[in-house]
Amino acid sequence: MKISADTVRHVAKLARLAVSEEEAARLAPQLSDIIGYADELQAVDLADVPPTSHPFALVNVLREDEPRPSLPRERALANAPDTDGEQVRVPAVLEG
Amino acid sequence: MAVHTVKQIMESLRRRESKPSEWAEASLARIRALDERIGAFLHVDEAGALEAARRLDGETPNHPLFGIPYALKDNLCTEGIPTTAASRILEGYVPPYSATVADKLRQAGGVLVGKTNLDEFAMGSSTENSAYKKTRNPYNPACVPGGSSGGSAAAVAAGMVPYALGSDTGGSIRQPASFCGVVGLKPTYGRVSRYGLIAFASSLDQIGPFTRTAEDAAYVLQAISGHDPLDSTSAPEPVDDFVSGLDRGVKGLRIGVVRDLSQEGLDPEVGRLVEAAIATLEGAGAEVVEVSLPHMHYAVATYYLIAPAEASSNLARYDGVRYGKRVSGDSLIDMYERTRSEGFGIEVKRRIMIGTYALSSGYYDAYYLRAQKMRTLIREDYQKAFETCDVIATPTAPTPAFRLGEKVDDPLQMYLNDIYTIPANLAGLPGISVPCGLTEAGLPVGLQLVGRAFDEKTLLAAAHAYEQLRGFEMPLPGVEQ
Amino acid sequence: MTTQFETVIGLEVHVELKTKTKIFCGCSTQFGAPPNTNVCPVCLGHPGTLPVLNREAVELALKAALALNCRINQDCKFDRKNYFYPDLPKGYQISQYDQPIGEDGWVEIDVNGERKRIGIIRVHLEEDAGKSMHAPDGSHSLVDYNRTGVPLIEIVSKPDIRSPEEARLYLEAIRSIMQYCDVSDCRMEEGSLRCDANISLRPVGETKFGEKTELKNINSFRFVQKALEYEVQRQTEVLSSGGSVEQETRRFDEATQTTVSMRTKEEAHDYRYFPEPDLVRLQVDDAWLARVRDSLPELPLQKRDRYEREFNLPAYDAGVLTSDIGVATYFEAVVAAGADPKAASNWVMTDVLGYVNAQGLSIQEAPVSPAQLAGLIAEVNKGTISIKQARDVFKIMCETGKDAPTVIREHGFEQISDEGALAAIIDEVIANNPKSVQDYLNGKEKALGALVGQTMKATKGKANPAVVNKMILERIGK
Repeated sequence: MKISADTVRHVAKLARLAVSEEEAARLAPQLSDIIGYADELQAVDLADVPPTSHPFALVNVLREDEPRPSLPRERALANAPDTDGEQVRVPAVLEG
Repeated sequence: MAVHTVKQIMESLRRRESKPSEWAEASLARIRALDERIGAFLHVDEAGALEAARRLDGETPNHPLFGIPYALKDNLCTEGIPTTAASRILEGYVPPYSATVADKLRQAGGVLVGKTNLDEFAMGSSTENSAYKKTRNPYNPACVPGGSSGGSAAAVAAGMVPYALGSDTGGSIRQPASFCGVVGLKPTYGRVSRYGLIAFASSLDQIGPFTRTAEDAAYVLQAISGHDPLDSTSAPEPVDDFVSGLDRGVKGLRIGVVRDLSQEGLDPEVGRLVEAAIATLEGAGAEVVEVSLPHMHYAVATYYLIAPAEASSNLARYDGVRYGKRVSGDSLIDMYERTRSEGFGIEVKRRIMIGTYALSSGYYDAYYLRAQKMRTLIREDYQKAFETCDVIATPTAPTPAFRLGEKVDDPLQMYLNDIYTIPANLAGLPGISVPCGLTEAGLPVGLQLVGRAFDEKTLLAAAHAYEQLRGFEMPLPGVEQ
Repeated sequence: MTTQFETVIGLEVHVELKTKTKIFCGCSTQFGAPPNTNVCPVCLGHPGTLPVLNREAVELALKAALALNCRINQDCKFDRKNYFYPDLPKGYQISQYDQPIGEDGWVEIDVNGERKRIGIIRVHLEEDAGKSMHAPDGSHSLVDYNRTGVPLIEIVSKPDIRSPEEARLYLEAIRSIMQYCDVSDCRMEEGSLRCDANISLRPVGETKFGEKTELKNINSFRFVQKALEYEVQRQTEVLSSGGSVEQETRRFDEATQTTVSMRTKEEAHDYRYFPEPDLVRLQVDDAWLARVRDSLPELPLQKRDRYEREFNLPAYDAGVLTSDIGVATYFEAVVAAGADPKAASNWVMTDVLGYVNAQGLSIQEAPVSPAQLAGLIAEVNKGTISIKQARDVFKIMCETGKDAPTVIREHGFEQISDEGALAAIIDEVIANNPKSVQDYLNGKEKALGALVGQTMKATKGKANPAVVNKMILERIGK
């Protein structure tokens, strides 16, 4: 699978990364190489093979519905780049 | 000052011949003396370490790791101590909580001296992808220490700390251990809690120790293992006594060598040293059997779909909102894009893009799902192989440490360096790298042993036996010259 | 010739589950806490943190799915839904994609006396996001993460709903079922029940669906119907004038009572779902499932049918009494305390609900207990007080919390039924109202009422009207 600069830009957008024209042009062949390498999997018949998403099949790891202390607000917000002291401030979220 | 093992410091403290603060001071002094040249540390907590050690001075050792200095890879969260994952995007981030392993080591009386360098978000095989500094191989400063846990490997190799923790997603403990001539253990997936490990690829990541000896690795593994209610994927399996089984030897141990292993890219010197190590074990009574891992050839391709896919999602949280770096923009989306574009390095961006692509609509089945299916076949290969052997021996890496800058422009070549280590991550199995000699050029080479799930005990015993048999001491790197 | 259109509606309903703690961490789910005080490293999505599933959330989701007649996926998993939004700390929402906990269920509603079944495609568990407040001047938004990680179920209906009224009835049915099962408070004003609607029109007889719009942020039951009614009208106009409906997201504007386009740049959503690697599979074995099934209460519609059957109540009464589990529980307690069901129904629907609604109370907070109400009804049946007096007694009971007999005694409410005590008064009324007597004798039946009324007035309403009636007739009888 050849990855075009257009695809690079589309994927970058999904991932919220800004790529310049020049970066897109540089990344396209690199991603093509890597995805091309991965294309060797296409040749294997995997139709009846179940997928593995965990190395070991644990089930039902559950916690009881018991409260644990939350963080004091100043600690919860301590790392935030911008707050009003109570809430995290971000550029306007466009809505309607 | 001489370099000590965990075991030696433990015994000295137990005999009351020394105090924790002396070891902390010695460790800090060595870091001060050497780290300008090595670059192993991103953050040294001199005051914190001395304070913790002095508090322990008056106490009686109650744990093997009591009073012993150590370092953590900087993708392990430490409350109140900066944690960056070697990324600009986490510059200035001070976690409000500690990783479970950090808590366990603190409770054991361990003395944290600092946080070590890594490839940004553990993505890399040379530690060159750190946003902050280069780390040099203590055996040859022109060479990389390996990666991604290069800082931890170099810190132990240079004797700055007797042990350090790293994380291993596709070889990030074992390969730098091999490059730096120390022992590196990746435990079974789920053996050690991942809570507080900044995620790269959640289904592959595992925390493990760097030490000078297999015995030291047993002590450290003992301290950090076990189910953690904060990590759903941590195993309920009982934790073995790793130390007591060390001396069982290799008589009757069945060592699998892989028949269909690709020799492509394998450095002949590495090949010879690893063969010699296997022969040494055979000479001591181990039985060498041929095993087949027919799908190993697909491991790198499989890995380079699964790991980036998980990473693309795991790294979505770095958006400049709640913590870390924010670069202002004209709009919310502009802020996101600027923050992430300036905050992430090129390799991280590359992997986010691959992963996003592999998960995106229309490609999921062709890439991500196929990779997960191949993962099943690779797991089954191992299950089959372990019917006829107890451990599988391979080189840890196809080459010794390469030179800084040598592979940075060819990501695929860099990825192929992980060819021997990746399969164990895909199958969730434990693996250890133990030094098996130096090349003519004086660079260390590692023998990798991969074992059955939750059978670290056998790996450690085999590695320990090999250390006794190999007939040489790993020479200290030439960092002091 | 004008085309007749059929309305096709599907609802996606989000219901917050009534757990003490969040779905993946131990933070409290309490509504109304000061901003960013019910948060921890896990729900803030700090690097390195991991989710651990709350057993109670699973339990409640199972209960809800069973009550909605779903097939339970006894082996299911969680997935990540990836998108960027400031109130979504991890950059993904943990949800269930291709293996929801429940599938293929239904809910019944009564529309114009007909029972109709609305299909449910799926019920899945997921985590809620935080809350963004947008500065009025558009300069910035503020984010509160208290709600982040509160457990939710999403209930997706089939496109079986054919009118805005049906949509409201469906939503009310969902609320009522969730409340019956004690799965959720379903307070729309607090956001613990939220609803999005997909609506399209198609010419009657057409089987393909028309182009749909999605209505978001409808935050009251009334608005669901209003918003959809407006949208039916709008789409009808568009289609009738030869236009085509644009697939878009719109929201209901309370001020203008219309729907407005949200004009979001519709980048094709690509959520890149994949199995959540930080969580393990969820397996509900037969024993667990049976236990949850056994814990299900009688559901609203079953109860309603039973009230009609067992208590002989009109459909209307049964509907009102069962729409809210609290009301039904109260009513059943009144009957259990010995009251006649129809009398109990009248009292509960009119007086009790009238009082608590006016006071802004829930029926559980009614100052008159079910046993006290049954006591009041008994006094009426015994003839101690008239029904009219009983209403006054009830008001005093509400204010004082006292029992009916006490109030009757203290306030002298006893009805006078003793003929001896009434004879003199009635004789006087007859003597003073010869015209009424004559009218009655001339066949004006109504005149009798006037005489009874005079007697009641003279006794300040305490005379037993039946006894008075009888005694007057005895005296002036034809």
